[in-house]
Amino acid sequence: MTQDPNAEAQIAPSEVGANAADTGERQTTGPVDGAVGVQEDGYSDHEVAVASNFEGHTASRLDPDAEPVLEVENLKMYFPVKSSGLLRRTIGHVQAVDGISFQVPRGGSLGLVGESGCGKSTTGRLITRLYDPTGGSMMFEGKDLAQISQREMKPYRRDVQMIFQDPYTSLNPRHTVGAIVGAPLSVHKIVPKNKILGRVQELLEVVGLNPEHYNRYPNEFSGGQRQRIGIARALTLNPKLLVADEPVSALDVSIQAQVVNLLQDLQKEFDIAFLFIAHDLAIVRHFCPEVAVMYLGKIVEIADRETLYSHSHHPYTQALISAVPDVKQAAIGGRRERIRLEGDVPSPINPPSGCRFRTRCSYAQEICARVEPPLLQIGWRHKVACHFAGELGAHPATPVTTELLGVDDQGTPTGTAATPLMTGPGYEPEWYDLKTKQLTSA
Amino acid sequence: MTSTVPSSTPGSDSTIGRTEGPILVVEDLTVTFPTEDGPVSAVQGLSYSVEMGKTLGIVGESGSGKSVSSMAVLGLHDAKSSQITGSIRIDGTEVVGLSENRFRKLRGNTVSMIFQDALAALHPFYKIGAQLAEAYQVHHPNASDRDARRKAIEMLDRVGIPQPDSRVDDFPHQFSGGMRQRAMIAMGLINDPSLLIADEPTTALDVTVQAQILDLLQDLQREFNSAVIIITHDLGVIAEMADDVLVMYAGRCVEYGTTKEILTHPEMPYTWGLLSSIPDISASTDARLIPIPGNPPSLFSPPTGCAFHPRCGFKDKVPGRLCYDKMPELATGSGRVEHLKRCHLANPDAIYRAEVLPEIAPDLVEEIR
Ligand SMILES: Nc1ncnc2c1ncn2[C@@H]1O[C@H](COP(=O)(O)OP(=O)(O)OP(=O)(O)O)[C@@H](O)[C@H]1O
Ligand SMILES: Nc1ncnc2c1ncn2[C@@H]1O[C@H](COP(=O)(O)OP(=O)(O)O)[C@@H](O)[C@H]1O
Ligand code: SF4
Ligand code: SF4
Ligand SMILES: [Mg+2]
Ligand SMILES: [Mg+2]
Repeated sequence: MTQDPNAEAQIAPSEVGANAADTGERQTTGPVDGAVGVQEDGYSDHEVAVASNFEGHTASRLDPDAEPVLEVENLKMYFPVKSSGLLRRTIGHVQAVDGISFQVPRGGSLGLVGESGCGKSTTGRLITRLYDPTGGSMMFEGKDLAQISQREMKPYRRDVQMIFQDPYTSLNPRHTVGAIVGAPLSVHKIVPKNKILGRVQELLEVVGLNPEHYNRYPNEFSGGQRQRIGIARALTLNPKLLVADEPVSALDVSIQAQVVNLLQDLQKEFDIAFLFIAHDLAIVRHFCPEVAVMYLGKIVEIADRETLYSHSHHPYTQALISAVPDVKQAAIGGRRERIRLEGDVPSPINPPSGCRFRTRCSYAQEICARVEPPLLQIGWRHKVACHFAGELGAHPATPVTTELLGVDDQGTPTGTAATPLMTGPGYEPEWYDLKTKQLTSA
Repeated sequence: MTSTVPSSTPGSDSTIGRTEGPILVVEDLTVTFPTEDGPVSAVQGLSYSVEMGKTLGIVGESGSGKSVSSMAVLGLHDAKSSQITGSIRIDGTEVVGLSENRFRKLRGNTVSMIFQDALAALHPFYKIGAQLAEAYQVHHPNASDRDARRKAIEMLDRVGIPQPDSRVDDFPHQFSGGMRQRAMIAMGLINDPSLLIADEPTTALDVTVQAQILDLLQDLQREFNSAVIIITHDLGVIAEMADDVLVMYAGRCVEYGTTKEILTHPEMPYTWGLLSSIPDISASTDARLIPIPGNPPSLFSPPTGCAFHPRCGFKDKVPGRLCYDKMPELATGSGRVEHLKRCHLANPDAIYRAEVLPEIAPDLVEEIR
C-alpha cells in the first residue's frame, strides 16, 4: 500500500483564477443543434452531435492475434488480520486475491466481474502497485511489475493508469481541473511548464469537456463530467493500460452511456488496453470482448464474450448472468428464470476447502469439498474451474476432472499420476475437450 | 387519472374491510421547498394510482423527484419547510394536511417504506430483533415483549435470514449488505401494510442479492396481496417487477402506462433515451449505446417549454418553436391501452420504430408489433 499512481502534485492554479463557484448543478442551455464551439454546460459540441446522430460507438471486438500488454500469473494478495488488544498479532489472512492468471491484449479489453468482495478492486490496485503483491508476477513490457521497487515503478506509472469508481471523492476538491489533469505532466517533467496548459486543454477537449474550464473546481461539475476529468487525468501520460474500477457505477444511467462511449472512442483512438472492472454484467458485455469471472479471490471462468454469456460452463457464472434483469426481453414477455443463489459469499479469511463456491452451489458433491478444481482450458478461448463443468441444464453426472487429477469420483487419489495442467495466463492451441476427455485443437 | 390496469379483485384476507378502488390515489401533487433562491418545486402536477396486489414502478434520473413524491405519500416532509398541494388518498382517506399524530398511525401500518440505504435506516446500537419488535409494538401496543420477539424472528425467517432465532440478536453491522436490506424489508412488512414503497431497494446491491430481494418482494406481495411502489433508475428492475410504470423528468410525469406498453411502445424521447443508454444482457453486441446528452436540469432554472428540450434530439420534428416555448400536456398516446405521454411529437410510435429501435435493439424490430 503506497502511493497513488495518479498522484497529484501541487501546481499553482492559473493566473486567471477560479470562477466564482456556482451551484455545481448545471443544465444544458442553448440549442443543441447548430451552435458553434462549446456549450455552456461544459460539454463540447462534438459530444452532443455524436449523441444525437447515433454515430459510431460499436462494441470492440476480440483480436486473437494481439500480443498481451499485461500478463498476470499466479497473483496473490493476502492482507494480514490482526488480533485486537495491545500485541496486535497476525491471526490470519484475508485471501483477497489467491493465485489468478490472465492476459490483457494490447489495445483490447478484459472485463473482471464478480460479487462484492471477490477481489476485483484488489486486483486492479495490485496492477497499479497501490498494493505490493504477496506473490505472483505481472509482466508488462518485459518487466515484472510485481518484483520492482516503488522507485523503479515510477516510469511504469506513465503507462499503467487507473480510473476510480467514485467521481466525487477521487478528485481533490481544492485543486482546479487544470492542476488535477496537469499534475502527472509536471511530476514526470514531461513537458515544459509553459506547455502544460496547452496539453491540459487538449485533454479536456478529448474527453468532451470545455477546454476553457481548466480553472474551475471539481464541485462545479456534475458526476459524469467529474468522471471525464478523472479520465483526462488518466490519459495525460498516454497510458498503454488503463485499469478502470467501476468507472460508471456511480453515475446515472443516462450518463453511464456517455462515459462508456467515451472510453470506447479513446480506446480506438489511442490503442489503450483496458482492465475493466465492474459488477454490471451488461456493461461489461458491451465493453469487453473477453471477460473473467471472480469468486472469493479466484478466477472461476474466463472466456471470450460470446462463450461466457451464451455458453458459460461454471454454475456461478450461470447464476450471475441469470440474475441480471433483461429489459428488452422482459418487455416482450421473455423473462428468463433466475437461478437463486442461497446465502452470502463466505469469508475470505477461512474460504471453503476444495471449490470455494461449493457452499452455494446446487451441483456440489463430495469431490468439490476435497479437491480444488483447476482452471482448465476447455475451448479455443475458454477456461473454467469446476468438476462438473457444463452448459446450464447439461452439467455432467460425474466429474470431468478425475482423469486429469488422478482421483476417483469422490476425490480420493487413485494412485495414477495426475496430468500436468496448463496453468499459464494465456491460451494454448490445444485444450481439454469435455466430451472426448482428450486434448483437441481447433 | 385512474389506474391503467383493470381493477384487481380484492378478496384476500388482508383486504377485508377495505373500501373498493385503488389503495393509493395521488392527484395533482406538487411539493415545493422554500430555499434562499426562492421556492423550488421538486414535484409538480403528479397523478397516479395503485391497486391492491399491483406494482407501480417509478423511474427517472437522480433529482427527478422520485423520492420527494413518495415521501409526501408517507407524510415525511416537514410541514414547516415544505408546501404540499393536491390530493393523496390512502385507502380513501385524504392525507394531505393530516396531523403528524394521525399520520403516525398510518405509517408502518397501512403504508410503509423501504429505503435505499439500509445501514442508515437501521439504528447501529440496537439489535436487529429489538428494532423489529419495536416497530411491531408501535402498532400492536397490547403485544407482549415475547410476542413481539417471536414476530421479529418469524419475519426474519420469512425474508430468508438463516438461523433467525440466533441472528435476531445481532447488531446491524453483523449483517451483510444483502441481509440488512432483507432486515429492512422485514421491518417494512411486520405490520402487514397494504402499501409498501421501496425506494431504490436494490441499487447498492450485487445482482445476485438484487435477484434475491426482488424475488422476495414478489413472493411477499403474492402472499399478502399488498400494493407495491418500486422506485428505481434501473429499467431492468421495472421490467421484471412492475405492472405499471411512471417515468419522471424534472419533477413531472412524462410517460405513464402498463409496463409492457411503455417498454415496447414508448412515445416520449426521454424514455427512448433511458432505453437507449443501457446495454442489454442478451442484445446483439452490435447494439449501440446512445447516451442522453447533457445533464438533468436544475430545479432553480427549469428550461422553458418542454423541460427535456435542451437534451432532446427529436425536437426538430416538431413544427415551429413549440418545444422551446410550450410545455406539452400529459395526453393520451397512440397506443392500444391507456398510455399517457408528455410530448409534442405527432407520430412518436412511427419515429421510435423507424429511427430508435433499429439502433438499440435491431433484433427486436420484428418482434415488437
Ligand atoms: N486493505 C485491506 N485490508 C484487509 N482486507 C482487505 C483490504 N482491501 C480489501 N480487503 C478484503 O479483500 C477482499 C476483496 O476486496 P475487493 O475490494 O478487491 O473486492 P471487490 O471485488 O472490488 O468488491 P466490490 O465489488 O465491493 O468493489 C474483501 O474481502 C475485502 O474485505
Ligand atoms: N428538503 C429539500 N429542500 C430543497 N430541495 C430538495 C429537498 N429535498 C429534495 N430536494 C430536491 O428535489 C429534487 C428531487 O429530489 P428527489 O425526489 O430526492 O430525487 P430522486 O428522483 O433522485 O429521488 C432534487 O433536486 C433535490 O435536490
Ligand atoms: S466444482 Fe463443484 S461446487 Fe464448485 S462449482 Fe463445480 S460443481 Fe459447484
Ligand atoms: S416535446 Fe419536443 S423537446 Fe420535448 S420530448 Fe417531445 S420532441 Fe423532445
Ligand atoms: Mg471494488
Ligand atoms: Mg431518491
